[in-house]
Amino acid sequence: MAGVGGQGVLLASNVLGNAGLEEGKEIVLSELHGMAQRGGSVVATLRIGEGVTSPLIEKGGADVLLGFEPVETYRYLAFAHRGTYIIMNTTPILPVQVSMGLEKYPDLSLLHDAIDEISDRLFPIDANDLAEKAGNRLAASSVLIGAITGLKDFPISREAVERALLRRVPARYADANQKAFAIGYEKMKSMLPGSKYQNEETQ
Amino acid sequence: MDKPSDRMLAREGNLLLLGNEAIARGCIEAGVRVAATYPGTPSSEIGTVLERIADDIGLTFEYSVNEKVAVEVCGAASASGLRSFSFMKHVGLNVASDAFMTLAYSGIKGGMVILSADDPSCHSSQDEQDNRFFAKMANVPMLEPSTPREAKGMVLEAFDISEKLETPVLLRTTTRVNHARGIVPLGPFHEIRTLGKFDKDPSRFVMIPAHARVNRLRSLERFERAMKLSESSPLNFVVGTGPIGVVTSGVSYTFVKEFLRDVEILKLAFTNPVPENRVREFVEGKEKVVVVEELDPYIEDEVLRISKGAEIKVPVLGKRTGHLPRAFEFSPDTILSLKETLPVIETKNPLVPRDIGLPNRPPVLCAGCPHRATYYATKLALGKEEAIFSSDVGCYSLGVQPPLEMADFLLCMGSSVGAAGGFKSATDQKVIGFIGDSTFFHAGIPGFINAILNDHRYLLIILDNRSTAMTGHQPNPGTGRDYGGKKTSGIDLEKLVRGCGVGYVETVDPYRIKDASHTIREALDFDGLAVVISGRPCPLLLRKEGSLRVVPFEVDKDKCIHCYSCVQKLSCPALLRRADSVEIDAILCIGCGCCAQICPKHAIGVVG
Repeated sequence: MAGVGGQGVLLASNVLGNAGLEEGKEIVLSELHGMAQRGGSVVATLRIGEGVTSPLIEKGGADVLLGFEPVETYRYLAFAHRGTYIIMNTTPILPVQVSMGLEKYPDLSLLHDAIDEISDRLFPIDANDLAEKAGNRLAASSVLIGAITGLKDFPISREAVERALLRRVPARYADANQKAFAIGYEKMKSMLPGSKYQNEETQ
Repeated sequence: MDKPSDRMLAREGNLLLLGNEAIARGCIEAGVRVAATYPGTPSSEIGTVLERIADDIGLTFEYSVNEKVAVEVCGAASASGLRSFSFMKHVGLNVASDAFMTLAYSGIKGGMVILSADDPSCHSSQDEQDNRFFAKMANVPMLEPSTPREAKGMVLEAFDISEKLETPVLLRTTTRVNHARGIVPLGPFHEIRTLGKFDKDPSRFVMIPAHARVNRLRSLERFERAMKLSESSPLNFVVGTGPIGVVTSGVSYTFVKEFLRDVEILKLAFTNPVPENRVREFVEGKEKVVVVEELDPYIEDEVLRISKGAEIKVPVLGKRTGHLPRAFEFSPDTILSLKETLPVIETKNPLVPRDIGLPNRPPVLCAGCPHRATYYATKLALGKEEAIFSSDVGCYSLGVQPPLEMADFLLCMGSSVGAAGGFKSATDQKVIGFIGDSTFFHAGIPGFINAILNDHRYLLIILDNRSTAMTGHQPNPGTGRDYGGKKTSGIDLEKLVRGCGVGYVETVDPYRIKDASHTIREALDFDGLAVVISGRPCPLLLRKEGSLRVVPFEVDKDKCIHCYSCVQKLSCPALLRRADSVEIDAILCIGCGCCAQICPKHAIGVVG
């Protein structure tokens, strides 16, 4: 799980971890706190399975890369392999250096193409837009949690993830987050079958 | 939302806990009665838990003014028979080391565990020092857990060892243990005494030279008993089989366990003293032995020494032989890079993305951060004049980046003040010190008093954001405390500074850039030590407390002349430059109004 500090990367890892615990899975996560969270690049890892002990993943070892932001998704591609599902939120967050004109943000279509060249499992999702449709544009992380849960063979059930999510978000935002979660889940289900975003129009 | 405090006090079951939460839970189960810390990543979340539940379990918890005081508070508690726990980041133990070294001489009565959270790769620190050498230097037993689950268990083990030997015990973790999250089974709470009683014993607790010589011998004798405990401790164990041996500890064990096959692993957790017989027996007859540990060759040198002493001729590979790096944290890939030396597991080929020129994304000052405003006001006050910026540890260290570039020298907590005096003594350059409120109390005050004593003439700007912000907004002496059943009022910084006899002291509001800049100019021209207190609470803290009143700003597109001076001068993350326009991110902007004050065309204003 990769994104920018403040986007909810830690929320997502926490929700998925607790849902897995509820279902009796063995789980290890790794997070970074402190300096790294001040709007910097943030990565968290989640490992599920019998005998997992290492909190970190080896290069090429991730089965899913959940990207909260395009550049941050790209930054961690080396943790993915040919069969990795790459779920990428398409809304960019401009680093300050880019706004200041010191660095350039890559063209989004170039970034997409560069991922398509090496993987046929890129699933772009405009999580911010879908969250807005759900009633709260701050619920983009719930859209992404829904999307990862909607993956084929995802080892934790939809119900458990949804329960864990609702335990984590403030009550007054529960509805919007629940809706955002469902939208993300369905979006992934509709995109999956034969890939290249199968039934995108049905959304 | 569920109530985490209830969760941490559950009597049974399993929890998915951050390493630091697991350690806090260990303290709860161990019956710790006094705990003290100064917040520091990666140890901070231990305090977050203890602060919250202190009242529920009868724990006396405090954020001390610094780590040395925290260890002294805990040392006295343990000398009075209570279990105490002090915890800090690795460099915090540098500050506390004076107390720590001598506590190893006097020893303690109630268990005393001191946690050092090391930070390989300097994720949030100024160095990656290996604090295992502190245990060695002090002759204090040390435990090193590998996972959150082990971390909780070893808090309990450490208290048992501490009480058996009547010595403090060092619990040494690293970032990837403190900030790993794993399943932790909960255990019962120890019943232990709640009120301490100090029995006078000057020959033990008053460390004058005559007593110190006796206690030095006692501490060496305790260490011999510690060796016996280490030799028989189940915390050190052998797992796996194979002709090659791997000796490892801490988080490295998790990588070794999962990414190597067909090796015999000696997993050490009781690492001071390293159990000599266990190591000798393990090394004997192996084809070769590889020592896998982060940072310095601490265990490796012990293995080399023990093998040599026993005349065992098995090759010992590691850092001394160039097989493993001495700098930065390890990962599974570190282990996989040893494939010429060790049998590694099969892994998948990583994707190799082409270079499309990704922008960097370092941590930055938040939108509306008052530090940014203080820095900008200082720049205005200086104009073309040059100055040395002697900076300090906190969020404001981020001001080193362009365009602010307001940090030239930074060593450690409090160094801004002492070093500013040094620059004044050594040069004829203008000097400005920057220090946060919490850091000033922590280690700035002695340097500040030194400046008065020795007539160091510079400007000290105290960035008072009413919080220890970087580590999670812990209270500090300037704010007072209101947790764990105790409430105190804060120390008035301005009065404190005036009380020391400083000739120029003013408090400014950094959000009023012109006024602040005018005052800073006046202070720069003052002939003597001058202090400007730049006071504004951290907006993140206000948001947490629910008292942040956001006033949204926007850019008037008709007035904007696209000079981009707002983004270029302030580098506020809420100012977005898209194509030919500047926008204000409505989610990030808190309405500090600083950009509006510097726009040459007054094109930025309150929405509506």
